[in-house]
Amino acid sequence: MTALDLRVAQRPNSPMTTYRYDAYDAAFVRERVAEFREQVRRRLSGALTEEEFRPFRLMNGLYLQLHAYMLRVAIPYGTLTARQMRRLADIADKWDKGYGHFTTRQNLQYNWPKLVDTPDILEALADVEMHAIQTSGNCIRNVTADHFAGVAPDEIEDPRPTAEFLRQWSSLHPEFSFLPRKFKIAVTGAEHDRAAIMVHDIGLRIVSNAVGAIGYQVVVGGGLGRSPFIGKVVGEFVPRADLLAFLEAIMRVYNRFGRRDNKYKARIKILVHETGIDEIRAAVEAEFASMDRSIFCHDPEEFERIAGFFAPPPYESLARDSQMLHAAKLETPAFANFVDVNVSAHKTPGYAIVTVSLKPIGGVPGDATSDQMRVLADASERFGFGELRVSHEQNIILPHVKQDDLFALWRMLDAAGLATANAGLVSDIIACPGMDYCSLATARSIPIAQAISKRFSDMSRQRRIGKLGIKISGCINACGHHHVGAIGILGLEKKGQESYQITLGGDPTFSASIGEILGPGVTVEQAPDVIEHLVDFYLAEREEGEAFIDTWRRLGHARFKDVLRREGEDGADI
Amino acid sequence: MALISDGRFVEDAWRRLADEEALPKAGKVIVSFPRLEHALEVLGPMSSLGVIVPNTTEPSALVEALPRLGLVSISFPGFADGRGFSLARLLRRAGFKGELRASGRLVADQYSHVVGSGFDTIEIPDDLAERQDEEQWRAALNAYSMSYQRGYTGRGSILEARRRAARS
Amino acid sequence: MASFKHPQILIASNLSDGEVVFLGASGWERDHRRARVALNAEEAAALEVFGKRDISANRVVDVYLADVEIGGDGAPTPVHYRERMRVKGPSVRLDLGKQAAAGRGAP
Repeated sequence: MTALDLRVAQRPNSPMTTYRYDAYDAAFVRERVAEFREQVRRRLSGALTEEEFRPFRLMNGLYLQLHAYMLRVAIPYGTLTARQMRRLADIADKWDKGYGHFTTRQNLQYNWPKLVDTPDILEALADVEMHAIQTSGNCIRNVTADHFAGVAPDEIEDPRPTAEFLRQWSSLHPEFSFLPRKFKIAVTGAEHDRAAIMVHDIGLRIVSNAVGAIGYQVVVGGGLGRSPFIGKVVGEFVPRADLLAFLEAIMRVYNRFGRRDNKYKARIKILVHETGIDEIRAAVEAEFASMDRSIFCHDPEEFERIAGFFAPPPYESLARDSQMLHAAKLETPAFANFVDVNVSAHKTPGYAIVTVSLKPIGGVPGDATSDQMRVLADASERFGFGELRVSHEQNIILPHVKQDDLFALWRMLDAAGLATANAGLVSDIIACPGMDYCSLATARSIPIAQAISKRFSDMSRQRRIGKLGIKISGCINACGHHHVGAIGILGLEKKGQESYQITLGGDPTFSASIGEILGPGVTVEQAPDVIEHLVDFYLAEREEGEAFIDTWRRLGHARFKDVLRREGEDGADI
Repeated sequence: MALISDGRFVEDAWRRLADEEALPKAGKVIVSFPRLEHALEVLGPMSSLGVIVPNTTEPSALVEALPRLGLVSISFPGFADGRGFSLARLLRRAGFKGELRASGRLVADQYSHVVGSGFDTIEIPDDLAERQDEEQWRAALNAYSMSYQRGYTGRGSILEARRRAARS
Repeated sequence: MASFKHPQILIASNLSDGEVVFLGASGWERDHRRARVALNAEEAAALEVFGKRDISANRVVDVYLADVEIGGDGAPTPVHYRERMRVKGPSVRLDLGKQAAAGRGAP
């Protein structure tokens, strides 16, 4: 390739707040689409058997599920432009059934694409600088990041340049694309962990050392699934210049020594657990020491080039608090509730971060119709510099809204059924697709989420309960993160029936903990009763301002178990 | 078996020696790993000796022999078992300059990984070669004009290209 | 051979579009009510032979036998809730999948 224009023209009215492809990136993604088009053709012709094709379709996000294929599109570090969101909507209409599902790993899933249409869908994504590369398969998956990146007041550094740097490094890596198992990396640059880095294969926390240099605390071997583990620190402070070399060393140790004899023991968490973190650290350090690090030596220019794309949008200079907002809240209580629950502090005076809940009461968690996607795209252009985020809680974030605009935005969202004021509350439930769609599922998850959400449909009761994370998975793979839910629910099969195991005390943040099992499984019908009893017990026992997890930690698991035992004696068969 | 080099099916100049076969005086032969030490002793310094090793081999067990070997073949027990890619990298890092061969049921779509990790040739069973002809291997080799990584062989590095552009 | 407890049908996914299909009297059907029912182990094995042939012919993937019960109308209904889901569609979107077409009176 010659005469490449490395600069990308800025679109009017749409400032550059996220990475834009240069000609190299664009060519790479086009080549990926062309390669996949050939792979599909060769699969249909029989040149590739299904067994051979599977890893390659998975590395392009294509699964075969219960009713149809499913395509998982990457939303790197959860950042989307309005244009990209509109394209997602258009694809849903043209090749799918008019909706998509936002996942816990900043991806979007289409549930009904045809194999033969997939290359065209990927082409349509490439038009807007998107792809489905490595959203599945035994490779380094879509790198995720704090959804409040760049706007959170508690941030040391925006994690997205790091995530983009790693996205490129991990794309079609020659050596690390046939790993023992999938490999997930998450990055945060904040004091509060919103990216669940402790339960990723590698979690990166941007830190600054005693002399103010930026580096990474590297956590390895966290993960959910069949055997959940909290990650352990393998590198206390890895300077930025060494990051790629250090990660390459971890990957090489894992690729060589990770177990391949048993799918359920193949994740790096098992290698770390069975080998011991000290020995793993020694192996990684030895590999790191024997590498020619000049090869990986970080390019400050390249990092700066990438970081330049994530510059803040042209904010106005505003007062810290908006009088308009204050007045509108007094005038409209429903709006006041929305602001109190779904709006977070922004680092820039006069601005706010808005969480748009994809968890309407009784709805399917994380689903959005194509019309809703377009409303969100419009809203982001009118009120938020054309930028959107996807959170691992399966909600959409508008990261730069002027406080003065919040009321107008709320009215727009409300008209589209997108103003549910439950961010972080008991009905903001994380749920995987479960057996309604997924071929790996052992039970459904969505109907449980719907039933619990309906049980707590009284919003004032929800606000009284406060922040409470319920997370539901339809199988042990734990895509719904049930292990780290304050209340976790795992759907299993028991004697040919769906059965739900409840855990308490999970925590996905830096103070990470894995939930403990409450007791025997319950049925779909019983689940809302059980959750309600637990919540009522918490309300009766909590101290002023105490979150569910803290009450649970203070009182102990046994006290909560007693609640169920008592209720069981009262007649409920649980 | 079919041998692929540079996107073409080629004649194999090497012969895989069965363990019960005597070591020949001349010709390029590949011996099994357990037989390597003995073969090196018997044949003395010569560049026409090759070895096939499991993908779990510790590079340190081969390092001493490397300068005297003309070929190292790494076996892939299944195409999705990627350990051979790391072993290839490590052998190249240890200074091996001879032919590095990937042997097993690798599929054409892995060609850029194979080349990128430092292999020269790929040896696949005939039934696979029948389904995946030369054209498919060549297409796979040319599927990408560049790659994002630095320090891997094969295509040019996007990082290097950007660095050149930024500094020019 | 495994013990044979229930009648069985052969279920698969169509390769090119991913839709769930069932082996019928003369090829793959999209409606499970038209599936051929194996009443003993030998008949089930015969269905599997057909399935393997069509895997090799790159028509279908993910082929397996599913236990069914035969209703009053003679139509098979899967025993397990997973396959009951597959013959209908998502339980949370009755407007989608095979159940939607059935609701409109299509075959």
